[in-house]
Amino acid sequence: MKNQRLQRMAVTSASSLLAVFVALCICAVILLITGKDPIEAYRTLFGAAGDTKVLQGALNRATPLMISASAVAIGFKMNLFNIGVEGQMRISLLATAVAGAAIHLPAPLHVLFCLIVAMATGALWAAFAGWLKVKRGVNEVISTIMLNFVALSLVAWAFDSFFRVESTTGSLLVKTKELPTSAWFPDIVDRRLNGMFFVAVLVLILFYVLVWKTKFGFQLRASGANPGASRVTGVNPKRMIMISMLLSGALAGLVGMRSLLGDVHAYQNNLAEQQGFNGIAVALLGRNHPLGIFISALLFGYLGEASGRLQLIDIPKEITTIMTGIIVLAVVIINEAVKRWDDRRIQHKAALALEAVAVAA
Amino acid sequence: MKFFKSLSTGQRTIALSLGFMMVLSIVRLFTNADDITSSGTISSTLRVATPILLAGLAGVWAERVGIVNIGIEGMMIIGTWFGGYGAWKWGSWAGIALAIVAGSLVGLLHALATVRFNVNHVVSGIAINILAAGTTEYLSIIFFKGQQGGGESQSPAGKGGYGEFDMPFLSGGRIGSWRSPDMLGWIEKKHDLPLLPDLAGLLRGLVSDIYIPTIVAIALVPITAYILWRTRFGLRVRSSGESPQAGESLGVPINRLRYQAMAISGGLAAFGGAYLSCVFTSTYRQGQTGGQGYIGLATTIFGNWTPFGVFRGAILFGFPSALKFRDEKNVPALLLVIAVILIAAAIVSLLKNKQLLATGLLIGAVVSAATYFLVDEVPQEFVAATPYIVTILVLAGARQQLRPPAHAGIAYRAGENH
Amino acid sequence: MTDNSQSNNQFVVELHGITKRFPGVIANHDIELLVRPGTIHAIVGENGAGKSTLMKTLYGMHQPDEGTITVNGNQVQFKTPTDAIAAGIGMVHQHFMLADNLTITENIILGDEPVDGRGRIKFKEARERIETLMKSLGATFDPNTNVSELGVGQRQRVEILKVLYRGAKILILDEPTAVLVPQEVDELFATLKRLVADGATVIFISHKLDEVLAYCDEITVIRQGTTVARTTPSQVNRRSLAELMVGSDLPDPSGRETKVGTEIRLQVMGLNLAGEIVGAKLALEDINVAVHSGEIVGIAGVEGNGQFELCESILGLRSILSGSISVCGQELSHTETRDRINMGLSYIPFDRHREGLLLDAPLWENTFLGREENQSLTSGPFISRNRIEADSRSIINRFGVLTPSEQVPAFALSGGNQQKLVVGREMASDPKVLLAAHPTRGVDVGAQAAIWDELRHARDNGLGVLLISADLEELIGLSDRILVMFDGRVTAHLDPATATPEMLGTYMTGEVQGAAQ
Repeated sequence: MKNQRLQRMAVTSASSLLAVFVALCICAVILLITGKDPIEAYRTLFGAAGDTKVLQGALNRATPLMISASAVAIGFKMNLFNIGVEGQMRISLLATAVAGAAIHLPAPLHVLFCLIVAMATGALWAAFAGWLKVKRGVNEVISTIMLNFVALSLVAWAFDSFFRVESTTGSLLVKTKELPTSAWFPDIVDRRLNGMFFVAVLVLILFYVLVWKTKFGFQLRASGANPGASRVTGVNPKRMIMISMLLSGALAGLVGMRSLLGDVHAYQNNLAEQQGFNGIAVALLGRNHPLGIFISALLFGYLGEASGRLQLIDIPKEITTIMTGIIVLAVVIINEAVKRWDDRRIQHKAALALEAVAVAA
Repeated sequence: MKFFKSLSTGQRTIALSLGFMMVLSIVRLFTNADDITSSGTISSTLRVATPILLAGLAGVWAERVGIVNIGIEGMMIIGTWFGGYGAWKWGSWAGIALAIVAGSLVGLLHALATVRFNVNHVVSGIAINILAAGTTEYLSIIFFKGQQGGGESQSPAGKGGYGEFDMPFLSGGRIGSWRSPDMLGWIEKKHDLPLLPDLAGLLRGLVSDIYIPTIVAIALVPITAYILWRTRFGLRVRSSGESPQAGESLGVPINRLRYQAMAISGGLAAFGGAYLSCVFTSTYRQGQTGGQGYIGLATTIFGNWTPFGVFRGAILFGFPSALKFRDEKNVPALLLVIAVILIAAAIVSLLKNKQLLATGLLIGAVVSAATYFLVDEVPQEFVAATPYIVTILVLAGARQQLRPPAHAGIAYRAGENH
Repeated sequence: MTDNSQSNNQFVVELHGITKRFPGVIANHDIELLVRPGTIHAIVGENGAGKSTLMKTLYGMHQPDEGTITVNGNQVQFKTPTDAIAAGIGMVHQHFMLADNLTITENIILGDEPVDGRGRIKFKEARERIETLMKSLGATFDPNTNVSELGVGQRQRVEILKVLYRGAKILILDEPTAVLVPQEVDELFATLKRLVADGATVIFISHKLDEVLAYCDEITVIRQGTTVARTTPSQVNRRSLAELMVGSDLPDPSGRETKVGTEIRLQVMGLNLAGEIVGAKLALEDINVAVHSGEIVGIAGVEGNGQFELCESILGLRSILSGSISVCGQELSHTETRDRINMGLSYIPFDRHREGLLLDAPLWENTFLGREENQSLTSGPFISRNRIEADSRSIINRFGVLTPSEQVPAFALSGGNQQKLVVGREMASDPKVLLAAHPTRGVDVGAQAAIWDELRHARDNGLGVLLISADLEELIGLSDRILVMFDGRVTAHLDPATATPEMLGTYMTGEVQGAAQ
């Protein structure tokens, strides 16, 4: 019955679509009561979909979101809340910028080197939270939030004290030493869409394969779904937690790479801000599934890119941030309600099918 | 050691506080960092600590009833905006009142999501933070842009003051139009003496440059404690966070209590935010909270989910920042204070036969002292990171002493548990 | 004792014709319960017999589908526990409902706090009332201590105080001695006697017949959801009471060909496991069990006497204090659970929902659970979905799991079919030793027979089975040998051919083999 799977997917997508719709409605109300025209707003916002430039920009923005959401989703599979993507990303940004600028390698190797450093530092920072949970029972929500701020301070201090290099072009932005061109990730469309997009898609594919097609992935999901049943089959829950946090951290490390390797080519203070939290929104809307994450990332990327147009008709683009927040709340509420309805439906259908079998027998 | 244990809690607090003041005094004499115990620093500490205190109390109210409130930061942000707007339109106290109302509504939203719809508490909190940030940015552009003194990311200045005052006689306050002598200030300036100037500074700091909202906020500490431990409402709130099953089997209306407590939590957090935009400064500015909501959460944990513990935590976390504002050069002296405290803790653990812990503490003391001698200033980032590092250390190290409400954050559906 | 009671009625509580149905099962039907005032009345029966359901009805936690409840001569309907409390009934649950971080006083007065006009709690008044009640109980703790500091026996006292505080004159205690050590048991019954002397009535649920016979005045026996007897300690002894409890029709195991081999598949020697509270009762004490190939060793016992802990210890999920465990001759005491499973250990868990199934996952994922090392279902690090699904279908067919397909999520199946799936999965990897805990619990008769057939078939082919059950029919019908566990110890070895239900019942409820009669 392949139908079952498609049906389930349809139901899950429905709740996400419904959440977006609810958010659009509520934002329309907000626009109205603050004296703006929602129809005008949405027409401008979604009308830009025909513009290739906007679409390319959307894909570009979607790139870090896809990776960030994957980092969060891997944690969710194990019932872990990695809110520390922000901090893990920041640490790996600085580390990669510094390490990448310090050595010389032929181009593809240099990029690979940077990516590996990024993943390793991200995983290392996440390991702290993992260790705290496994060895000392510290809830990962609190520890990752705290570690985010520690990372922020640590990186700010390290950057300021050791790695800042005054700009030669007289610009006010201070950065680290610029990466040699061998470490630059090439653009697909010059200055508008960077090749890291494909890396992000690759990450999603690997995420899918790892979690749904491998033994380890099965054990990961089982451990998250029913730790008691998994424990009885000999899966060590502490080991699973640690591995999950490491994987999540490694992915978090990659989040800033599009900005670093494909855009600015050095670390500066406002690089890749907020990608961590937005990743949570994308993961939730995408129901922690690579396909859902892909679509949600595109949606949020599009919103981010097209929102600039709202300024032209005097509507603050922050309305899209409000939309994000409402989507997050709406999607979890709706999903809970829909799931309960769907569970009953499946149960009912199964019972009916059995009756038919019994009658026929 | 035994003598120490035989004292009552109140006496022990006084003894420890006096001991701590001695340490500060000695370090001050040694380092000439007069500002460690100056009244200016103390009153500044109170001001810096107040929003953190309020955020921490918000955390206590929420978790005590069983709800994890990651959204404190968001509720504070809402508070800053509505405080700034209210102060601009109608005056200072109106700003605070408006903020509290707005914050309570956001608190109710969190309760609705978690209680009625069973949303994961952390997810709801994060959603609220995102919503708060976006909403305030949006509203700023709508209301503040183009206004005189205001702009896209800040409000015009708020009107009216808050009744700032100095206590007469003790710190030179006014009686009518006559400025009374500043007795404590006089003692305070005698820098060559040990302990007395420090105590004078401490007292003067508590009674000078005081804003009424600060007093209100501090008063909320014993008020919260009283309500939670001495009233029926408070007992039922606490039982909801400890064992909702027990409460429900005895007829306690768990859900209703959760809504009520979350309204209080949201209101307190927003009060903290309004304090920032109305009292501490007189405008709303984007990003004003700067993570203080999370520091507040940290004080909730550090304070072991009690109001007085939160107060201690807020002062502790606020002190280094306040000191830095006064005069950066004084901050390194804190390293010596830390060193002395670590040595004392090491001695205590030796007495308790925990050699490994004692060695670790001693190493920490040496590192701290050495750093003092080696550096000229403590980087501001380290100061900023202190609350978070301390919280992690407390969570990791003091697990036995920490007593979070047993059922906080765990989904509970009233009526479905027979 | 009964003469100074109500003028018209001799009973303080009367239940007539109580019937309560839950989806798929009839928990109580046509129950009658008559309790005289000022007595300690015991309700006796096996697990699943319907005792707890009945008491929840009396306490107002749910309404009966049929039947009447009469308290103190008045017919009543309890919509919630509050109604029952108002009628003077108080219930002390088996699993205490106490908030650890609150004081004893706070726990007792919660929901019924004495307050002044402003909502402030009048602690002094509360304290005085509690201290008076404490005297009548003989309790000596300080009401201002946190409940977290109390031992189990004291916590129970707090629960009793809770109901007394609310004016309960009829106390219901659900398996009160399940968690107490012998000394605490004596203290409890001394307390209950004191209460009864003061005019209260006590109803307590138990399966420990020694205590029932020693301490109570009247006994009601419930079996399979209905009342089967009303008697007093003077009219029965342990044997006859046990027989009433467990019934007397059983399969005749004689005439079976034994297939027991010489190879020892599972050997447990001198196993000791610490209890939950350090320094208190051991959870398992000196357990010795051997299972040969082609043998089913049954462990009889009421649930909660150490069987769960035994399985977890054998699996390696708990650290034992001392003793050895070996499978096929290989000492396992320090191996990981995963490795023990790979050596041929399989487990049908006690609670299929909590430990056996991924409810939201499709059946094919559920049959794969725990078998990730099986080469025929994987290729390298990847799972072979097609092969897993095919294997799942074969398990479903072989064990008669009724489901439209292997794609259906597990929660959609009935309990019986879920259990069949779990059994099928555990047998599918051709294990050397199978730990089977209540393998046919909650399973309809047809499925039960099918599972039994499978177990016998596997046993005939050499499988060694450790069968844990409280179902005597199952134990006698399947086992080659029967051990009885009570209170963490093995208390009897029986031959199914000669074991009678009353014998089994007697041992299951506390008698030790070889002890003086």
